[in-house]
Amino acid sequence: MEFDWSGIIPNLPYILKGMKITLQITVVAVIFGIIWGTVLAVMRLSSIKIISWLAKAYVNTFRTIPLVMVLLWFYLLVPQILSNIFHLPASTDIRLISAIVAFSLFEAAYYSEIMRAGIQSISKGQLNAALALGMTKIQGMYLVVLPQAFRIMAPLLLTQGIILFQDTTLVYVLSLFDFFYQSVEIVGKRDGTYVEMILFAACVYFIICFAASSLVNYIKSRIA
Amino acid sequence: MHIAWNWGIFFQPAPFGDTTYLGWLWSGFLMTIFLSISAGVIAFIVGSFFGILRTLPNRFFSIIGTAYVEIFRNIPLIIHLFVWVYVIPEILPESMKEWLFDLEPSFFIFLMATIALGLFTGARICEQLRTAIQSLPAGQKNAGIALGLTLRQIYLYILLPNAYRRVLPPLTSEMLNMVKNSAVASTIGIVELSKQASQLLEHASTPYESFIAVTIGYIIINICVMKTMQYIEKRTRLPGSLGGK
Repeated sequence: MEFDWSGIIPNLPYILKGMKITLQITVVAVIFGIIWGTVLAVMRLSSIKIISWLAKAYVNTFRTIPLVMVLLWFYLLVPQILSNIFHLPASTDIRLISAIVAFSLFEAAYYSEIMRAGIQSISKGQLNAALALGMTKIQGMYLVVLPQAFRIMAPLLLTQGIILFQDTTLVYVLSLFDFFYQSVEIVGKRDGTYVEMILFAACVYFIICFAASSLVNYIKSRIA
Repeated sequence: MHIAWNWGIFFQPAPFGDTTYLGWLWSGFLMTIFLSISAGVIAFIVGSFFGILRTLPNRFFSIIGTAYVEIFRNIPLIIHLFVWVYVIPEILPESMKEWLFDLEPSFFIFLMATIALGLFTGARICEQLRTAIQSLPAGQKNAGIALGLTLRQIYLYILLPNAYRRVLPPLTSEMLNMVKNSAVASTIGIVELSKQASQLLEHASTPYESFIAVTIGYIIINICVMKTMQYIEKRTRLPGSLGGK
């Protein structure tokens, strides 16, 4: 069959608009995921049973459910919660917000496992030294242990970010106009270049992710 | 937030399909299991093949293996599914295309989803097997060479039996991931567990009950996978190793 690539350049504004949404979700979810994931990891290692059990239950629940289900769950839940708090009109488009919330909470479970491994790899003497210097446990965690754990786990955190970037394509189930949906379902379907746009999206993802993972490997070799 | 629970909904007749809502969930549950098992078989075979290829002392083979892994690791699963369903049939030769389009449409999609999910998971299994083979002490391979075994014999009798035992724990989590990833196949029209959830959402208007039921379905599958893998791990442990007979 003949490929028709001419549709890509004139449609760049649409495609870039989709890319903006993809990046928006990725960046916000990475930041919130790492923060909330770190909190979860610290909770998980807490000596208070109930706190560590709660964190464990949270992480394990999110890790057994497919991301598609989580997205659907939040698409259902977030509007109800938001309209309960802010009294939003029912017509407000909450797909982007609910996707961002879902991704942040979902990825936090994975980030928390990475951070937990990072914290556990720090030697006990570090925290004991901090305690001996008169710091509280939280100060010792915050000022001594966590900065080192972040440094050790930086490559893994970044790799998880790349996975998250790929996973954002699943907002397809909410018909949210991210890069993939915009290029394939909107531009591709309208112009009859469905096949070309699928291949185009595949190439774009490949280039971005391949470059990013090469960069992560470079950082890894610098740290080690 | 007040929820009026209505668990009886599952026993009410569904709008189509001549069954109850529970029957819908059950058929989605079975579809998830079928898809996972068939994709798992492909993933295991393809992953093993490329994993071994990447460790062979031949530059050409290892480049092919690397290309396969990079392509499947750097492109999201949903795009692979779309490629197999919409792109591959277009670029196949006429005769194969006809054969594909003569298939039952639902079987055609199932076949393509199985291949895509299988190859996608295979890339991950390939990496795990390669790491496992490379992590074996060099003495094992050298001992094989010293005994006069051919490369094929060394892999078959020494390296692979050890490597597969090492790969079992990461393989378990990869199988769990694959079950979860099978939910992505709902985007190309496979009516599996998560698709049934959104269908129930549309027709039954009892979102919480249906989503909880589906979530439990996934947990059941996860537990079964974990128990099976634990059993295999236990049965294949080497005598003399820690935890062996």
